[in-house]
Amino acid sequence: MWKYEKRLQYPVKISQPNAQMALFIASQYGGPDGEMGASMRYLSQRYAMPYNMAKAVLTDVGTEELAHLEIVAAIIHQLTKGLTAQEIKDSGLAPYYIDHAVGIWPQAAGGVPFQATEFQSKGDPITDLFEDLAAEQKARSTYDNILRVVTDQEVCDPIRYLRQREIVHFQRFGEALRDVQDHLDSRNFYDFNPAFDKKS
Amino acid sequence: MMMTSDQKKKEELLNQIDQYGFAMDDILLYLDTHPDDRHAIEYFRCVQKAYKDAVNEYESMFGPLTYDQESEDVWNWISGPWPWEGEQSYVEI
Repeated sequence: MWKYEKRLQYPVKISQPNAQMALFIASQYGGPDGEMGASMRYLSQRYAMPYNMAKAVLTDVGTEELAHLEIVAAIIHQLTKGLTAQEIKDSGLAPYYIDHAVGIWPQAAGGVPFQATEFQSKGDPITDLFEDLAAEQKARSTYDNILRVVTDQEVCDPIRYLRQREIVHFQRFGEALRDVQDHLDSRNFYDFNPAFDKKS
Repeated sequence: MMMTSDQKKKEELLNQIDQYGFAMDDILLYLDTHPDDRHAIEYFRCVQKAYKDAVNEYESMFGPLTYDQESEDVWNWISGPWPWEGEQSYVEI
């Protein structure tokens, strides 16, 4: 069960709109390594996770990713506030504008819509946690890519916060993976899938 | 299988929390579109009190429902069973 808290996890206050930056950052809403995929990945993987530590990490990181989704949306929303049609026409946001005006919709910076194929839920705790570790690094790289092209400090500030959280999540998933492996046979972790196989 | 009195109490409290919680979820939506309905606000407060009492009793006996209610010296948040596990909770091996 979830409840909404009427606040952002980290504040977003952007005074200068910028259509091009909004489109770049939209990738972290619904792009291949964005927050939507992150949250759906972790929350979906919980059901095949047999160990309490990793169940807690998947639940709590998956929940935090929803808060990050909201932060990213707030950044895009504020970056598109007050733009004129001409400003949009002169930027890369024009094709997006035609379908969505400045509403928030999950797509990659290149226009590819959000797809469930951007994350995995493999029903195997080791496989899933390695996917999660990779996902956190991919999201961190994307934030690094964004930070190379964004110069407005009011935008960089929440983006840096989100980037830091990817690193913390990577650390926690690493610890959860170690706990999973501690439950398994160290001579062959892959001999037995604890989410499916029965001990003979 | 016979339920212990603890299990019975847990189920009973969780059932109350589900009912009061759902009543609040539902009145919330009504109040979103009727924020000036004093009668509905009064009803919300009444259900909210029952909900809080049930949650407090549940948490004091069976551990936290939300992590911000953690109050023990030991961290109980990660303890199972988790809500999606149904009757047959997984036993760690």
